[in-house]
Amino acid sequence: MARHESRHFPYRPAPELAGGAAQRRPVAIVGAGPVGLALAIDLALHGVASVVLDDNDIVSTGSRAICWSKRTLEIFDRLGVGRRMLSKGVTWKVGRVFLGDRELYSFDLLPEHGHRMPAFVNLQQYYVEEYLVERCADFPGLIDLRWRNKVVDAAPRADGVAVAVDTPDGRYSIDADWLVACDGAHSPVRAMLGLDFAGRAFEERFLIADVEMKAEFPPERLFWFEPTFHEGRSALLHKQPDDIYRIDLQLGREADPEVERRPERVIPRIRAIVGDRPFALDWVSVYTFQCRRLERFVHGRVVFAGDSAHVVSPFGARGGNGGIQDADNLAWKLATVIRGAAGETLIESYDEERVRAADENILNSARATGFMTPRSEVEAAFRKAALDLARENPFARRFVNAGRLSVAYSLAGLSLQTPDDAAGGVRPGEVCPDAPVADAEGHAGFLLDHLGGGFRLLAVSDVAVPDGLDLPVVRVAGSGLADCDGLVDRDRLVAARYGEGVLYLVRPDQHVAARFQAPTRAAILAALARAMGNRPAVDEAVA
Amino acid sequence: MSPVQPPGGRLGARADDVYAALIAAHEGLDREASRALDARLILILADLAGDADAVIAAIATAKASGGD
Repeated sequence: MARHESRHFPYRPAPELAGGAAQRRPVAIVGAGPVGLALAIDLALHGVASVVLDDNDIVSTGSRAICWSKRTLEIFDRLGVGRRMLSKGVTWKVGRVFLGDRELYSFDLLPEHGHRMPAFVNLQQYYVEEYLVERCADFPGLIDLRWRNKVVDAAPRADGVAVAVDTPDGRYSIDADWLVACDGAHSPVRAMLGLDFAGRAFEERFLIADVEMKAEFPPERLFWFEPTFHEGRSALLHKQPDDIYRIDLQLGREADPEVERRPERVIPRIRAIVGDRPFALDWVSVYTFQCRRLERFVHGRVVFAGDSAHVVSPFGARGGNGGIQDADNLAWKLATVIRGAAGETLIESYDEERVRAADENILNSARATGFMTPRSEVEAAFRKAALDLARENPFARRFVNAGRLSVAYSLAGLSLQTPDDAAGGVRPGEVCPDAPVADAEGHAGFLLDHLGGGFRLLAVSDVAVPDGLDLPVVRVAGSGLADCDGLVDRDRLVAARYGEGVLYLVRPDQHVAARFQAPTRAAILAALARAMGNRPAVDEAVA
Repeated sequence: MSPVQPPGGRLGARADDVYAALIAAHEGLDREASRALDARLILILADLAGDADAVIAAIATAKASGGD
């Protein structure tokens, strides 16, 4: 019934089954979803080879994750698929919240200009996976993508993991230095390791439908409390490419999922929203939501990323986006450790940074789901108070929770960052904000095109960079012609967003590690060592 | 860069923390105890506001905004 025709990716018998010598792998990735594929591509960009093992041979069925946030798009752009997603997807930034059939208020998720990527792009997960699979083909010597290769055992050892894999041609095993489980909410690897997935389940059931129709709904996120077309509950509508709309309807606690997913039940519900226009059901699912996470994401040489590590309810678009940010955080760290440039403590920082991000995502999505599904009379009363006040009293809109949408996560205050107390600019831990620049030849582009991949020094306007540092420098000058080897701050937005006369140490994932008003070689080396998980034993540079 | 979502209010994004604390404070209370908690809280907040005219205006706003 799905409109999108999933092609089958080619299965090839594993060379290990043809008597080939078992080759030790630096990284084995379980699961070729968006997170596993993004990780494989990022590792390949660092020159690290991986084998990706997936138990089937098609992309996801149904649209699943659809809302890709600005930060995720920036990561995907670094990986080489972001602009393709931008051109295919539906760009949006405005959310509208209704009570009944009246609009309460709207909000703008990116009220400023001067960014390559918009607040959000809606694009079905199957397209994202297709683009990522095609991008993997650009790294034939580095990404070994194996379809219908099901991991059936993972035995952790001190220096790696022994992985047993079932294929249509039989079972083989490989040794990997690192295993990354990107195998989803029901992670088989998590089960193999016997790990507890603690958290909270919501009893409320929701219907999720992809509806194909010609309609004139705007490219905005529309959310209804107590809509007239779906009495007493909530509804969410998102526009996707190919004339497909995502509709989420709250069904209540007593709803029977088997009954509710039948077309004769679904069609009248959709008809109530879309009116008389013709439509086709493309995909239907009935869900309950859970907010859970592993206590730790790093277990020796086994690392969890994406839904295998944490799950959230969908209100806030924090599932898929959280997973891609896991991959962004992990790839450079794994590559650095595998290269021998940092110790394994750097992988511990993945646990620290992404557990905190997961907690923020869980907190926000649990609160939004809680607001939509009040469990007590008091909760219902406060929700009603917020909604009643919201139209006339803007302050009360802050209390209305129709989803707190995924924004770039700050790593401020965590181990790798060198804190400071300077005001303004970009604080250590924050993601580098984008801004328009032009290169020495006058070609217009964006700042983030020049950051990431490795550590960089970003020098904004007039700041001296100490000699003797083995780090690429990205210099942005205030106006044209001033600096022939640097970038031109086209709209002065680099200076506005970063401050002038500041030197930034930027991590490979485009987060700020440290910043300096009066940089010294010793201070930069100390911050770099810290950002690579090494104890700051750098005083010898001063001595 | 901090996206505005949504504008208005003096608590900013911390409004969610306040809302969560309110709900948590009521957890396990019966109706009478909840009502008593709210009444105490309103008196405390009225004093925090420190402006009788503002509090009286707030009472009028609350009364006028009552849904059906």
